[in-house]
Amino acid sequence: MRLLEYQAKDLFEEFGIRMLGRRVCDTLEEAKSAAGELEYPFVIKSQVPVGGRGKAGGIQKCANADELELHFSRIREMSIKGEKTRTILLEKMADIGSELYVSLMLNRGKRCYVVIASSEGGVEIESVKNQTIREVGLMGVNDELCADVAKEIGLKDSAAAEFGAILTSLSKLAMDKEVELAEINPLAILKDGSLVALDGKVVTDDNSNFRHPELAKYKEYSELEDRAAASGFSLVELDGNIAVVGNGAGLVMSTLDMLSDSGGKPACFLDVGGGATTESVYEAITLIAKIPRVRTILVNLYGGIVRTTTVATAFLKAYEDGLISFKVSARLKGAESEKAKEMLAGSKITLHDTVEDAITSAVKEAQRH
Amino acid sequence: MSGIFEIIRGTPGDADYEKKPVIVQGMTGTFGARHTDLMREYGTNIVAGVTPNKGGTERDGIPLYDTVKDAVAATGAQIAVNFVPAKYFLNSAKEAIEAGIKLLVAIPEHVPVRDTLAVIDLAKKHGATVIGPNTPGVIIPGVIKLGIMPAVPFSPGNVVVLSKSGTLLYEISDNLTQAGFGQSIALGIGGDPINGTRLVDAFDMVRNIPDLAGIIVVGEIGGDAEETLAEKIIVTGFAKPVVAYIAGRAAPKEKRMGHAGAIVYGNYGSAESKVSMFTKANIPVARRPTEISALFAGKIKPTGS
Repeated sequence: MRLLEYQAKDLFEEFGIRMLGRRVCDTLEEAKSAAGELEYPFVIKSQVPVGGRGKAGGIQKCANADELELHFSRIREMSIKGEKTRTILLEKMADIGSELYVSLMLNRGKRCYVVIASSEGGVEIESVKNQTIREVGLMGVNDELCADVAKEIGLKDSAAAEFGAILTSLSKLAMDKEVELAEINPLAILKDGSLVALDGKVVTDDNSNFRHPELAKYKEYSELEDRAAASGFSLVELDGNIAVVGNGAGLVMSTLDMLSDSGGKPACFLDVGGGATTESVYEAITLIAKIPRVRTILVNLYGGIVRTTTVATAFLKAYEDGLISFKVSARLKGAESEKAKEMLAGSKITLHDTVEDAITSAVKEAQRH
Repeated sequence: MSGIFEIIRGTPGDADYEKKPVIVQGMTGTFGARHTDLMREYGTNIVAGVTPNKGGTERDGIPLYDTVKDAVAATGAQIAVNFVPAKYFLNSAKEAIEAGIKLLVAIPEHVPVRDTLAVIDLAKKHGATVIGPNTPGVIIPGVIKLGIMPAVPFSPGNVVVLSKSGTLLYEISDNLTQAGFGQSIALGIGGDPINGTRLVDAFDMVRNIPDLAGIIVVGEIGGDAEETLAEKIIVTGFAKPVVAYIAGRAAPKEKRMGHAGAIVYGNYGSAESKVSMFTKANIPVARRPTEISALFAGKIKPTGS
């Protein structure tokens, strides 16, 4: 799960990391009353699960009630990189001396966690040249490593001690919550010398969700995605009009790539898993039928073990039940494909021998609308 | 790690050469049972199953044991194929490695990363190799099948196929087979962020196979395994043809595309990054899976030389 900033900050607070005063507000009325407690000036920040909010205008200063009124509704309605603003975070402003970067991240190549720290925070870490990187085991950081990292990014005395405490907390959070990334960027050194987390990003390992019921409240509800997950599928909604279905993540991604190369616009990525049964394919069609912009379906199934006739049966049933009425272009490779062809003769599904042909047909069908 | 063929196939002269005993963890579940049958059908010498509380019974003539330790003591097997559900994978994998299993093929999907890291740490201490998790397994066509891949796409030959994706491994091996390029080994790396056998590890295992015709690398977005492999090929040099494919060019950033590991953050894990490193390593990258065998054929018989 990719947590929103305010959710990451709830975790920071739980682990004792200092922050500025803040309130989550969904409406202007809530924000106005929160303003009374927080006192101007503060910033209002769009809560979206993507980076680049600042550049997109999703963060604004508010020095008084007029400015709050001016910015709040606009940011509340704002979409950034296709993601709607989920809610708004109001946060006090502070006199910032300098900005640091610190994170714990799962390093996939080294197969361990790494601490990344830099004295140049506040920008995307990819563009920071001065990175201090240390490998960390499943036990997290120790005092020696913290002191070492603090020294390397140029911190002394109380700042170094405070940084060490923050890194220790962040590491504990990372291990306890099983994260892929826990990042404070920037970690500000205020004019008074204290350190506070100004922005936070936490991505947890979905596969460990079963061990973390306490994080369940952060999971976004999506009827489609939840139903897909319950059936063992994975579904990603996209903004085009051709639903793409297949078995296996790699195969479906590859189909998406080829479709895009041919000028088609995918409406979703739907992986029904390695196996496919009549029931599972029927459920997949049910999910697709709920996406209003879909004009046609592109099916690409490689069935070494899967019988293509089971797929054919599911589609015929879906037409019969009135679930879908549009045309489907399919490439079904596997056992009994001749028989599947016979079954589908005269239906609205066209079977193609190659995925390339199925794509051409799906793109044509989508353009017809 | 380079001894994967010795473990899987053995050495000529062994009494059980190409018939190495294999145990299956989680053999009595629906999935495990079905694939045990399919592996046996292919000729894999499955000698025991492990399911707690079923020790002393048998399934289809295969004896069952409560623990891997008992199964290993009774059969001498060094290979285990694991079908235990993700939630319980950690303990079952630890048990296998501690009982002396030298090759663990980890099929389950959705294993938490922390558990995979713990298993890899333990495997290192015991000198064991883990393939997966979230892998279709590994196959030496015509000899042994350790995993859930269908048999049909594969045929014996001299090409190695390494793939993060399962179905693309089948599809591309099928294409290669049709084009006359049989496989000496086809290995699924797995679709998770952390892999027991990384792409570079797999490359090291296969780079010195005698009669190797070349390597096909089937990558996908997420992580930097492809980049690391390309760098390794640049640094150490490799004379045999290598052809790559990368799935996920059209995927949006910061969205997990089916596999836990298939996610792009910024440029990290992007298809562009992978393609550009392969290009630096002089490795052609196919735009479509069906292009691979033609690209490979072109590398094997360079025109005009």
